[in-house]
Amino acid sequence: MREALDQWDFVIAAYAIGVGGTLATVTWSWLAMVRAEARSRKARGR
Amino acid sequence: MHGFANPTRFLRLARWLTPLCLGLGLLLTAGALGWGLFVVPPDRLMGETVRILFLHVPFAWLGMGGWTGIALSSLAYLVWRHPLAALSARGIAVPGAVFTALCLITGSIWGRPTWGTWWVWDGRLTSMLVLFFLYMAYIALAQAAAREGVSARIPAIFGLLGAINIPIINRSVVWWNSLHQPPSITMGKSAIDAAFLVPLLISTLGFSLLFGGIVLARMRALLAETQAEARLRRKALELEPAV
Repeated sequence: MREALDQWDFVIAAYAIGVGGTLATVTWSWLAMVRAEARSRKARGR
Repeated sequence: MHGFANPTRFLRLARWLTPLCLGLGLLLTAGALGWGLFVVPPDRLMGETVRILFLHVPFAWLGMGGWTGIALSSLAYLVWRHPLAALSARGIAVPGAVFTALCLITGSIWGRPTWGTWWVWDGRLTSMLVLFFLYMAYIALAQAAAREGVSARIPAIFGLLGAINIPIINRSVVWWNSLHQPPSITMGKSAIDAAFLVPLLISTLGFSLLFGGIVLARMRALLAETQAEARLRRKALELEPAV
């Protein structure tokens, strides 16, 4: 007997994970860069 | 190329290139994924699941492209000893690992409705999993080398040796029997219909710009951390009383 699979469930899951993972990496790398550059400026001024 | 190995010149360029890559990348990716989700027709064989193509293929290409970048940067570091080359390899490692993981996850999700299984231990999937483990090992090795203050030569040699896996991934579907389809796009040829090919190329360009933006942001963060640490160390030495 064949399983009844809704193909859209798989498409939505793949898009949620793919887009979520990419956006999380972009946000994390941007925030880490801003923090590191602020720390560097502070170390120069201290 | 040697001119860009100067950190000041690199920062001058990266300051405007980082937001440009990320902004344009977000715009192109959103457009291509929207096109792939709502405009592209379902495929005759794969049905609606063909839409996963617009995520899975760019992730796979950038996962492999990322390691190629690590290998080239490692070679530049070993030959010319440019510290920025070692930094660029470290900058590529995290987004490369993330995109490889996303390729494996989206591929697994695609495999269930099309192959009837989440995973098979065939040449393509296994060599891609090996690439993910190589990225993990590289990140650990490069972080340990930076923390201990030792030369980046060992991670660079590892980066070069790991590149052996790239042609294996590429040729795996030709060399061994696999559930995975053979290459659809080769040099100058494509077996993909234009209705799928155009949004695929745009999404690949968008994800490539995002990848480039993330690498630049990582490099700027690593450079700033190194500079801050060097300044604090210098100041601590100046404050230390002479014996």
